[in-house]
Amino acid sequence: MMEELERYLRVDRFPLMWCSGCGNGIVLSCMLRAIKKLDLDQDRTVLVGGIGCSSRAVGYLDFNTLHTTHGRALAFATGIKLARPELNVIVVSGDGDSMAIGGNHLIHAARRNIDLTLVIFNNSIYGMTGGQYSPLTPVGKNATTAPYGNIEPEFDVAELARAAGATFVGRSTTYHTGLLTRLIIEGIQNKGFSLIESIAACPTAFGRQNKMKSGTEMLLAQKESAVHINRAVKMSPEELEGKVVIGKLHRREAPEYTELYDRLILDVRQGIKRRFD
Amino acid sequence: MSRVIELAQLMQGNEAAAEGALAAGVRFFAGYPITPSTEVAEIMAERLPRLGGKFIQMEDEIASMAAIIGASLVGVKSITATSGPGFSLMQENIGFAAMAEVPCVIVNVQRSGPSTGMPTAPAQGDIMQARWGTHGDYPIIALCPSSVREAYDLALRAVNLAEKYRVPVVLLMDEVVGHLRERVVLPPLDELEIVNRREPIETPANYKAYRADETGVPPMANFGIGYRYHVTGLAHDEKGAPTNDPATAEGLLLRLHDKLQRNLDDIIIENSRSLDDAEVVVLAYGATARSARHAVKKARQENIKAGLYQPLSLWPFPAASVDRLAEQAHTIVVPEMNLGQYRIEVERTVRGRAEVVGVNRANGELLSPDEIMQAILEVVNK
Amino acid sequence: MGDQKELRFSGTGGQGLILAGIIMADAAIRDGRNSIQYQSYGPEARGGASRAEVIIGDEEIDYPKVSNPDVLLVMSQEACDKFACDLAKGGVIIVDSTYVQKLPELNGRVYKLPISQTARDEVGREMVANVVALGAVVRITGVVSKDVLLEALLARIPKGTEDMNCKALKLGWELAEP
Repeated sequence: MMEELERYLRVDRFPLMWCSGCGNGIVLSCMLRAIKKLDLDQDRTVLVGGIGCSSRAVGYLDFNTLHTTHGRALAFATGIKLARPELNVIVVSGDGDSMAIGGNHLIHAARRNIDLTLVIFNNSIYGMTGGQYSPLTPVGKNATTAPYGNIEPEFDVAELARAAGATFVGRSTTYHTGLLTRLIIEGIQNKGFSLIESIAACPTAFGRQNKMKSGTEMLLAQKESAVHINRAVKMSPEELEGKVVIGKLHRREAPEYTELYDRLILDVRQGIKRRFD
Repeated sequence: MSRVIELAQLMQGNEAAAEGALAAGVRFFAGYPITPSTEVAEIMAERLPRLGGKFIQMEDEIASMAAIIGASLVGVKSITATSGPGFSLMQENIGFAAMAEVPCVIVNVQRSGPSTGMPTAPAQGDIMQARWGTHGDYPIIALCPSSVREAYDLALRAVNLAEKYRVPVVLLMDEVVGHLRERVVLPPLDELEIVNRREPIETPANYKAYRADETGVPPMANFGIGYRYHVTGLAHDEKGAPTNDPATAEGLLLRLHDKLQRNLDDIIIENSRSLDDAEVVVLAYGATARSARHAVKKARQENIKAGLYQPLSLWPFPAASVDRLAEQAHTIVVPEMNLGQYRIEVERTVRGRAEVVGVNRANGELLSPDEIMQAILEVVNK
Repeated sequence: MGDQKELRFSGTGGQGLILAGIIMADAAIRDGRNSIQYQSYGPEARGGASRAEVIIGDEEIDYPKVSNPDVLLVMSQEACDKFACDLAKGGVIIVDSTYVQKLPELNGRVYKLPISQTARDEVGREMVANVVALGAVVRITGVVSKDVLLEALLARIPKGTEDMNCKALKLGWELAEP
């Protein structure tokens, strides 16, 4: 695996900072497989990360890489994409980065349907700071800032993105790598805002506090709880209780933001009156 | 009708700032509406697409600052405009631009604070925030116009300096200068000096994104042209790789300062009036400099040896000039629409060699010439 | 300093006084003079006391605010109560008698003209009261020439409103007939 993907890596930056058993490496390899499959030009591709364990991924990758401030990766990426729509822009973010501090940028990027692909590494916890609860920590789970169990309900990322206007939404886990790779491929191909959530294990900060000892154990738990959307549609809400629905969850056609803006420029420069029907 | 009258026009300060930035080659604006800077965004929204540029109204000022950094990284000269509360929100990403050396310009049309304050009233309360608003020891340039023409010139200069030194530049306006309409004759576009960032001459394989040459400033490869490198707000080495090595981190920080320090002659810009034999110097900037100028004229009519020193660049602090003033004058009067922010810095440089007297107002009103004249008279009659 | 004329147009937000100030300043520049325009207003787009100030001169203009206007236009009772006493000695105050009933004793020339009433009755749009006022102010004070005022007006109003505004300007001019 490493060999075929090595051209995308800054091997001089290795070893990776991630703990053993961490799921981030699996998501990363799926991302790189998707990039390879699509044969994206490394010179013409920008990878943008926020702050957190997963966002550090971009530093190990041999593209134009931008490691931004906490929560703001999508806003930086919006500037890049709008200024140079011909570049491929992929954003890497964690659950805290994208859903808490960066939640507002996520809904507005989705609303604009700007051609960015956001890959969320969802490990249900703030890993880098040592295990505080995030907007995606399930109710009842422990975190250093929820020592008596988390009482806050979690976001449904996919529903949120769909409602905000995203044109492609998918979810997978690090157990279902084939699906994850396919979703990322389709997300990059989608001309518009795409969001792919990947459930990833964090044995160090999440597992240890929640009686899951190893990455392997957590990976198997992902397998157990996942239900593919094709099967989920036939299941009752009771049957879906505690399950994680994976697969391509949403797809719609809508005009893409930078294309609309380029059209606006053309019209304005040619003195064409703009009408919206 | 003479040529000058033909070219003379009535223009607003905010409009002049927008036009100056466009003349400098700005083709990207991201911003969020806020009084009293909104006109800058409105003009950009109208003008940029006509020039093939891009305007975007972001969801907040944090995102606006992020977006202009992103656009600048791919090679498009970028600017945002805001006022007090928005300037506060931008601070973290201003620090990012300073650390990652991404050229960008932030227009801050100062209004009365703290907090929401008086949104339509002028102030000069963000002087220290412009210098020290984000965390850490970082260098920055801040320019401060007192007229519509200066707003144009300094907006252009801000973009030039940002590109040349790879540093965020703050154009520190105030509500008076932002909303004032005044007669201007703008210079012909073909006579303007436009500076573009220096691009690397080496091949991508040999390029180190943060290796400075003799100017102290690393040549900048725009994203997307074949130089693949890493940009981060973390302390980083010459290749942009994050580091925790104390020597590397310190080297970086010192270089960030050094690239401005060694070029102060190029960065610092100032005006003066009747300064040659002045024994009382009024040191004033922004709209306050207009009142100060008037007070100095009145003082001269009364045979008082008064002069005006107006820093057009507030940061880096013009220490050499203030040093000379301290030797020359017995008193330096510093009128400000704040409680004495710049005066502290003046006192620090003067070190007791001259008396430093503040004239301060933080009630949303522009200081009047009479108030400054009063201070001059008190000094002279003491 | 020098031969500087200071004007203040005051009234209620929404009466178009800032636009009137801009047109006046623009006209002065077209006359080859120096001018600046500044305003002070509250956060509301409509209602509340509003004023626009214009300074016209031949030299550098320093302080942009007007303390004692040589020419004061008042288009509401509130503005009159607030600003009439600021009038410079021997200055000109032009009062919109449509809205201003009570006027204090003043050391200056007082003109009471039915500005808003004229706009409403003769143009059918009170909206152009600001332009009626401009016509009157310029005829009374001669601070700029009639030609440049018209030029500046046409440059600053929305397309399609030229006829209405020219009519308003003419009415204002006639209103100030000595």
